[in-house]
Amino acid sequence: MSEAFGILLTTTLWAAVLRIATPLIFAMLGELICERAGIVNLGIEGIMTVGALTAWFCVHVGFGLWTAWLIAAFAGACLGLFHGVFSISMAQSQHVTGLGVTLLATGLSSFVYRVAVPGNASPPTVVAFTPLDLPWFDSPFLSATPPSYLAIGLVALAAYVLRFTPLGLAIRLVGEHPQGAQAQGLDVIAVRYGCLVVGSALMALGGAFLSTAAFNSFVINMVQGRGWMALALVVFGAWRPGMALLGALLYALFDAYQLRLQTLLPGIPYQVFLMLPYLFAIAVMVPMARRAIGPHALMTPFIKGER
Amino acid sequence: MRIEPRDHRPALLVVLGISGACLLMLLLGSLLIMSARAPVWASWLALLKGAFGSRLAISEVLTRSTPLILTGLACAVAFRARLWNIGAEGQFYAGALTVAALGAGMLNLPAWLLVPVLLGAGALGGGLYLLGPAMLKHWCNVDDVVTTLLLNFVMLLLVSLLIQGPMRDPMSMGWPQTEPVIDAVMLPKLMSQTRLHAGLAIALGCALLIALVESRSSFGLQRRAVGHNPSAARFAGISATRIAIWTALWSGGLAGLAGAVEVMGLRGYVTGDLSPGFGYTGVIIAMLARLHPAVVPLASFLVAAIFVGADAMGRAFNVPSYIADVMVALSLFVMLATSFVLTYRIRR
Amino acid sequence: MLSFALALHGITKRFGSNVANDDISLQLHRGEVLGLLGENGAGKTTLINILFGHYVADTGHIEVFGQRLAAGSPRAAIGAGIGLVHQHFTLAPNLTVLDNVMAGTESLWRPVSSRRKAREKLHALSLQFGLAVEPDAKVARLSVGERQRVEILKSLYRGARILVLDEPTAVLTPIEAVSLFEALGRMAAEGLSVILISHKLDEVLRVSGRVAILRAGRVVAVRAAHSVDRSALAELMVGRRVLRPPRQESRAGEPVLKLDKVDTRGGRGTRSLSGADLVVPARQIVALVGVAGNGQRAVIDLACGLAAPRAGILEINGRTIRRASAAGMHAARVARIPEDRHEEGVVGDLRLWENGILEDLDDPRFVRLGWLRLRAARTQTARLIADFDIRCTGTEQRTRLLSGGNMQKLIIGRGLDAEPRLIVACQPTRGLDEGALVDVHTRLLQARQRGAGVLLITEDLDEALALADRIVVIQNGRVSAPMMGPRYDVQRIALMMLGDSETRATSQLDHAH
Repeated sequence: MSEAFGILLTTTLWAAVLRIATPLIFAMLGELICERAGIVNLGIEGIMTVGALTAWFCVHVGFGLWTAWLIAAFAGACLGLFHGVFSISMAQSQHVTGLGVTLLATGLSSFVYRVAVPGNASPPTVVAFTPLDLPWFDSPFLSATPPSYLAIGLVALAAYVLRFTPLGLAIRLVGEHPQGAQAQGLDVIAVRYGCLVVGSALMALGGAFLSTAAFNSFVINMVQGRGWMALALVVFGAWRPGMALLGALLYALFDAYQLRLQTLLPGIPYQVFLMLPYLFAIAVMVPMARRAIGPHALMTPFIKGER
Repeated sequence: MRIEPRDHRPALLVVLGISGACLLMLLLGSLLIMSARAPVWASWLALLKGAFGSRLAISEVLTRSTPLILTGLACAVAFRARLWNIGAEGQFYAGALTVAALGAGMLNLPAWLLVPVLLGAGALGGGLYLLGPAMLKHWCNVDDVVTTLLLNFVMLLLVSLLIQGPMRDPMSMGWPQTEPVIDAVMLPKLMSQTRLHAGLAIALGCALLIALVESRSSFGLQRRAVGHNPSAARFAGISATRIAIWTALWSGGLAGLAGAVEVMGLRGYVTGDLSPGFGYTGVIIAMLARLHPAVVPLASFLVAAIFVGADAMGRAFNVPSYIADVMVALSLFVMLATSFVLTYRIRR
Repeated sequence: MLSFALALHGITKRFGSNVANDDISLQLHRGEVLGLLGENGAGKTTLINILFGHYVADTGHIEVFGQRLAAGSPRAAIGAGIGLVHQHFTLAPNLTVLDNVMAGTESLWRPVSSRRKAREKLHALSLQFGLAVEPDAKVARLSVGERQRVEILKSLYRGARILVLDEPTAVLTPIEAVSLFEALGRMAAEGLSVILISHKLDEVLRVSGRVAILRAGRVVAVRAAHSVDRSALAELMVGRRVLRPPRQESRAGEPVLKLDKVDTRGGRGTRSLSGADLVVPARQIVALVGVAGNGQRAVIDLACGLAAPRAGILEINGRTIRRASAAGMHAARVARIPEDRHEEGVVGDLRLWENGILEDLDDPRFVRLGWLRLRAARTQTARLIADFDIRCTGTEQRTRLLSGGNMQKLIIGRGLDAEPRLIVACQPTRGLDEGALVDVHTRLLQARQRGAGVLLITEDLDEALALADRIVVIQNGRVSAPMMGPRYDVQRIALMMLGDSETRATSQLDHAH
């Protein structure tokens, strides 16, 4: 038993936690921003894939790591814009548009990768982010790569903006009551587009982390459903950045821990542990839907001037 | 600038719209081919030949379209009643597992009974798997997109668990899989020396049946009423709950049937990669077919043809076969845009 | 010369062939409370939407404090000092009061929201006008009266000098209404101008300086409030029309519908019934008249099988109904004509024959072993088309393409064809032209001759006067005692509908007898 707790004190566990959590944090934050403005972005899985590919590819051809990240964010933003053209301007179903974006983006990423790296050669690696040693914190727990710190910083920024700035209030109102927002002079379309673009850029960064920090190359099917998990985390966090961050860390802790727990508890198949987060997310959704938590106007298209 | 619905669709615009859509697809596809440094015309020809150029090619297309027809129908049936079933992938595996569990010799039934019973069991497995999320949506207003999506992963993990554990085939070497079903359970082949099996007939039969039920049965009429105008349906005395339950069983059942048919027609056992995304492609196919059951087979053939042809294109000119995924996704967007232009008018 | 706070010049707005506003000109003085009266469909809501920039008028223009107002822009209206307190509040329930009031008032690029200043400003306004609110409360938890105060403060916060309130007391308790009027009085004293749109004569006359009456899109009268004759005003609002189909004597039969001290559960936004008594005998038309929102929806839900009573007894044809079942009502030979034919009456995207048999899917004539008997269904609908003179291109036409009158004929035909015992007709002639209207009235009278009892729920007093054997008034969830025809005291009924307190007291005395 003490061995189980002993694991909790190792640096490697916590480093693993941050490594697992960071892409989820970026993706979850991006989705949260979209959903707060009333748009469900089901393109998350595809956008993460594009981000992963773009970042890796840019480093592969010689760009610096942060430059590559900037370009990856831009790619994500473009996909967000594309999504918006269909889901906002053409008032098409957000579900269908999002799934189409995921299929398109995943297919495109795989295609581009295969053109760049033909055949069955092992994927070329790049020099990834190395953990940053913070000079004033001499703790073994805090040795994570710079993007992890960026992710947490962005969560704090998002929480601040949503709560304390006029922009955040505008976003919240657009997501809760777009007609009311319009009546108060806000440009609902612009706010929704803005959130979709920024959110998608963040999602792409989540993917970029996978290929340039967590691992050091791109593999087809790299994202492995993390995007959908991020969707569930947004619900779990009741659309609040802080709570969702907590959820991501808990999930990552669970994921990191169970890999090590396996050796200690051979009876229960590991798949059971992996299933639990999904089932838990679904269970959490029930009382939330009952109490109508969540942006009121989520998923309803907004046609200007329609009352 | 605002959008408003058109009163009527000028025929010329429809023709222009559709031809414009096709041209756009060809153009975008050609760009991708060029980026792979392959010859454009020759590649398109290779695709066509690979999909339609020989008996074997056509049989491959038909084989690949079989599960797609069924998952496409599953999604169409659900979407028509506003149930957003994105979980066809999980329901597919539910059906496949059911068949693998029951078909390995456990049931002592005569051969002619065994096949329908197993198909039915597979369908039931899929249907029950969708019933949960559907009821959560009906009673508790829980978003069906997220629940069905997440349950896909739960099912994938369950599959992994079962084929590495209780249902593992002890005779398989290397890759984990379930015990194969007995020979009596396998579906007969439709074309000799090909992979085409009777599952196609089942799929087409389902499409026909569903088209009939939707247009000519009382149940279909009630479903359409609830799908178009739930208040009026309620006023007329139609029970939304009953419709919701049967829709879930029906849609999930079709997806489960897809899994059952894939096991019983092709491989005879379940592996972790039995489905290369049939469930998700089913969503796209349903949308491409504009939710008409009779059009789903056509959309499935086209999508399967693109996939098979892209494989050939890949073998001939080294164009990565992922071009098929991109083409299918693009066709969805082109279709959405065309439909938008035909339905709405932009006004200042 | 004092310029007007607001001046409308010749505002006209058409929706298709319907003229919602017809050459409307009005002036509003500074510091004045102007009451705008008119029944549903008179054009009040359209006018307000034009004022606030949600619609653009076809002709005419608006001047605010002498400056011309840019059309079609809510932002311009807000900037000019117009504030709208809509009947259906535009508050986000998950946000706090302060959030709702502040949203959109600061530049989106500011790094910090100046909440403290906003809070102080809100507090000051609260005190100035007597509108107490809790800035940090979530709107979802507020009562209706409190939410309305927040709506008003929203406009005042943005510096509104002209406040338009659309049916403000429709959802308030009498005490809340009193405090609202005190606030309005204070606003007028501070130089704000108010337009008060309402049905409630009593309250409007108490608070307003002048009243303007809208009917069928036109301004029919403008009077000073203190010098007006109420009964005449009531008649002006409700208006009169000419056509009346011939009506024969008919002796009342057994009750086909009976409500006995019924209470209902109020849903969101619907007024619930309390202690409602209502009897509809066979061979009689009973008209339930009242202004929209006074509990008609609850009666409709009960009679159509969409809701069951929380207390009291509901009887159809002598049998007590305990559970709500629309199909059950249909089986009990109740023909139901809903008030919104597009929303509840037909499924627009279905074909005529499909809507024709939609209520009869248990009938073996049309369904055998789950399969539709297409020929029987089509024949049936073709018969309805012929018998009821429905103008259409055939049984295959999509129902939404029918005109309103023809759609109504289909719904009525479908119901009457089954020789019902009870007909529940909710606003059956709303939105119909004269010809279709006469046709509907004729059919209802014929059904009455053949022995059916008819519950006619209408806001159109003329219709009730023309058709009814008895009239009951519904007001604030209570149903009055029936007044027997064929001659009716129109002024009294109109005043009862409008909530006039004197008449209500007298009618309660009648009840007691």
